Parts: sequence; C-alpha cells; structure tokens
Amino acid sequence: MIGRPIDIPIRAENGDEPVSHGNALPLLHEVRHALERLLAAGEETVIDLRSIPMGPGDEARLEAELGTGEVSARLETAIGPSVALETRFPGVWLITHYNSEEQILSRFIEVTEVPAILRSQPEDVREGLDSLSEQLLQQTNE
Amino acid sequence: MSYDKTLGEALRRQGVSRRGFMKFCATTASLMALPPSMVPAIAAALEQARRPSVIWLSFQECTGCTESLTRSHSPTVEGLILGQISLDYHHTLQAAADSAAEHAREEAMKENYGKYLLIVDGSIPVGNPGYSTIAGISNKDMLLETAKGAAAIVSVGTCAAYGGIPKANPNPTGAVAVSDLIKDKPIINVPGCPPIPVVITGVLAHYLTFGTIPELDDAGRPKVFYGETIHDRCYRRPFYDKGLFAESFDDEGARKGWCLFKLGCKAPVTYNACATTKWNAGTSFPIQSGHGCIGCSEPNFWDLGGFYKALSVPNDPVTLVAGAAAAAGVAAGAAMAMRNRKAKADAKSKHQTVTIDDLEK
Ligand code: SF4
Ligand code: SF4
Repeated sequence: MIGRPIDIPIRAENGDEPVSHGNALPLLHEVRHALERLLAAGEETVIDLRSIPMGPGDEARLEAELGTGEVSARLETAIGPSVALETRFPGVWLITHYNSEEQILSRFIEVTEVPAILRSQPEDVREGLDSLSEQLLQQTNE
Repeated sequence: MSYDKTLGEALRRQGVSRRGFMKFCATTASLMALPPSMVPAIAAALEQARRPSVIWLSFQECTGCTESLTRSHSPTVEGLILGQISLDYHHTLQAAADSAAEHAREEAMKENYGKYLLIVDGSIPVGNPGYSTIAGISNKDMLLETAKGAAAIVSVGTCAAYGGIPKANPNPTGAVAVSDLIKDKPIINVPGCPPIPVVITGVLAHYLTFGTIPELDDAGRPKVFYGETIHDRCYRRPFYDKGLFAESFDDEGARKGWCLFKLGCKAPVTYNACATTKWNAGTSFPIQSGHGCIGCSEPNFWDLGGFYKALSVPNDPVTLVAGAAAAAGVAAGAAMAMRNRKAKADAKSKHQTVTIDDLEK
C-alpha cells in the first residue's frame, strides 16, 4: 500500500550549532581573571578541564571562543603525542595529552607565557649532551 | 619489573623523557582528581615510588569490575601504573588455576607479608559458604587469611564495598561486604556497578604515589571522587534549578535535554564522579545519554524502590541557594558547581535531609 509517510513526531536537531549548556562562559571569565593575574604578578594558572562539568556542546563552544593563535606545537613523547596550542588570546594555552592511540588522556587550559612542557628539561638536555659527545667521539675515532 | 627500581627509573629506561614524565604526572594528577598545583609534589613522589605487591581476590561478582578496569581507555598511563603495581595474583586474569594459582597467592603473601595491597571485588556469602569457593576454599576463609598480611584493602565495586546485587532482597546467599568481616585493616571502598575505571586507577595511583590511603567519607569512599553528588556536578542542573523537567523519555523536555529528576534520577543522593570524569574516554555518562542515574555507587541501590520512581523530596537547600543566585543573574554551569560547593558547605547538615530513607518511603 502506498500511503503518505506516517506522522511520527520526530524532530531532527539542528546540526550546525552545538547546543551549549552554559559552562563555557563562566570558564572564560575565570581565564580573564587568570590573565589579569599573569600580567600583574606573573602568576600562572592551570585549569584541569576534566574537573569541570561539561555538557554536550560545551567543550566545542569553549574551543570556538578561545580560537587559535600564533603557536601550535605537537610533542611526540614515548607515551603518546601532546598538543600545545596558543589560543587567540596570547598567554592562554590549550594543552591536550593523548595516548599512543590518540585518545585524550587529559586536557588543561594554561595561562602562562610558555607552557612548562615546551621547555627543554635539564634531565633531557643532560642526556642529549651525553649522546652528542658520544657522536663526536665516534667521529674523531673514525 | 623488579621491586627495587623506582617508577622514575623504570620510565626513563622505557625511553620516556622528562617531558613525557611531566605529561604522565599531569595526567595522573587529573586521574586522582587533584588540583594541577599538586603536580610537582606528585612528580617528586612518583619519581621515587616503588612497585607495591598486589593481590586481587574475586568473590561473588559478575567480573564487570575487572572488565571495567582492563577496558579502561588510557592504556599508556594506566598500563604504566598497573605495570608498576603488577598483580601478583588475580585469579580471573591469570592463566594458572586451582592449586598452582593458590600457590602463587601464598608465595606473594609470604614474600610481602604486611606490605601488600589487597584488592577485592564481589561480596562474600556467609549464609552458605558453598555458594562461592575457590580451589575448595570458602570466600570468607580466603578473605580472612589474605587480609591478615595486607597493608590495606581496596573494595572495588558496590558488591565488595556494600554487598551489592548479591545482597539485594532476599539475599539468598547471605552476602556481606568486606568491611562486615574485616575490622582491623584500613579499607578503601570504590563502589559503582561497575566503578569508573579511572576512579579505580586513580585510587591505585594515589596509593602508589603517596603510599597512603586517600581521605575517606563516612561510607569509606575516597572524598576526591565521591565527595559530591552527581547532581551537584550535573550539566543539566540549570534546568533542575529552573524547574524544567522531562516528564517522559520522548517528550519535548527529554529532547531539549531537561532534568531527569521526575523520571527517577537518583543522582541527588548518589556520590560519584560520573558527571565530570564520565565514561568511555570521557565521552558521556548515563544522564548525558538521556537516562537518570540509578545510584549504583550507593549502598543498597538495588532495593531503593524502583529506578523510575522520582525521589520523594523535590527540593534541597542547595537548590534554593543556587536558584536565588541564578535569579540574581549569576552565570550558571561551571560557576554553579563552585557555588554549590560553597552552598553545600554552608548547608551541609540541611542538605542531608535528602537521604536514602526518603527513597524507601
Ligand atoms: S536530577 Fe539528575 S538530571 Fe536532574 S540535574 Fe540532578 S543529576 Fe542532573
Ligand atoms: S550515573 Fe549513577 S547509575 Fe550511572 S554509573 Fe554513575 S553512579 Fe552509577
């Protein structure tokens, strides 16, 4: 039987704009205060995004509001990659740690001039120095 | 991995740089629900942490808790922690069975007497011990014997923590919780049916990092994960505060993501980390997929009078405070969570007017 489609009251969600549950804005206010503290006293702030109750759409909204800035750095560590991204607001960084299967392990907003994880670390520098010396030694021996 | 190598040494040997270690520590802090300001202290402690011995006993259970842990989403970090902890005995996971397995348990107990961490999932039948035995040993006897040499006990899952589903009415096996039988050891309850995997590893990470047990609430649960109700951290909370409720699972309110209170959500009396930690790599949690919380981390959740029956008390003092603040134009959401925390501190005694007893009315 050919009939007209049954009238089921289903309404598709509008996919263009994520529904936000209002958790992004208060966080942005927090970031603004943190930026003020950074300028006034050099005080750095780290916010763990896992500790914030995010609804569907909240995180997308937050990312959209923060945007992207001049720096985007990808780290390849032995326990998976990490991405440090300076947002449109200088001094506000979004740090995302992934495991080796590219699943998010943890996510932070860091308000700082440069995230600590980007700096070369003394332990690694020492190891690097050792291996450079080794390399040079081998070449002199050749 | 040998007992004498520290975690810092073990990681370096695996080619993990200092940067990788910093990432590991930041993630572990997040895992333990500790503030990022604690990261340097955690780094210092983890650097020196040594591998503790762990014995895992499974009694009357469905293996869901072990599944939850082994399916946890961050193989690297948790793998490292578990690799570091290393189970000496887990009779569900290990290949050896019966007397060979029991031999492994006895060995592990002897070698690390007084120092090992005992993890238990499942409840213990004391009505008729024949309901659950391992290599002919009753659950009760095995627990009492293994607990003697333990430094601390972690009861993983609602069954081990409170009796859980086996203890539900009419409790045919006479099931009891670990804490009903063991009175002289520190016991950490990690309830949930199953518990959130990162909460299990978070508790283990805390023990590994600090060598102490975390601060516990009245029900023996670590406060960092179970310190607040899901309701206090729920992203649907602004709808609750405005009185916007879904009345059925397919009405306009349900589609708009309104509060599930009237559909039986038990989160106002349920202490757990679901609203922030979430499930499946932080993807979602029951309320986010449209179903109320059934209170699975609370004692006796199975006998609370129906998953779809609304709690009998529609308002609690925190709501009143939060509602007033919302009326005054304060932004909702993340700010709300902090406000609730304060309001709850102010009105803690009043807040507890919504209790499990209300559910049983
Ligand atoms: S009752 Fe349930 S759905 Fe409603 S706000 Fe509380 S936790 Fe969220
Ligand atoms: S939302 Fe409630 S029922 Fe669901 S897992 Fe969390 S505590 Fe258990």
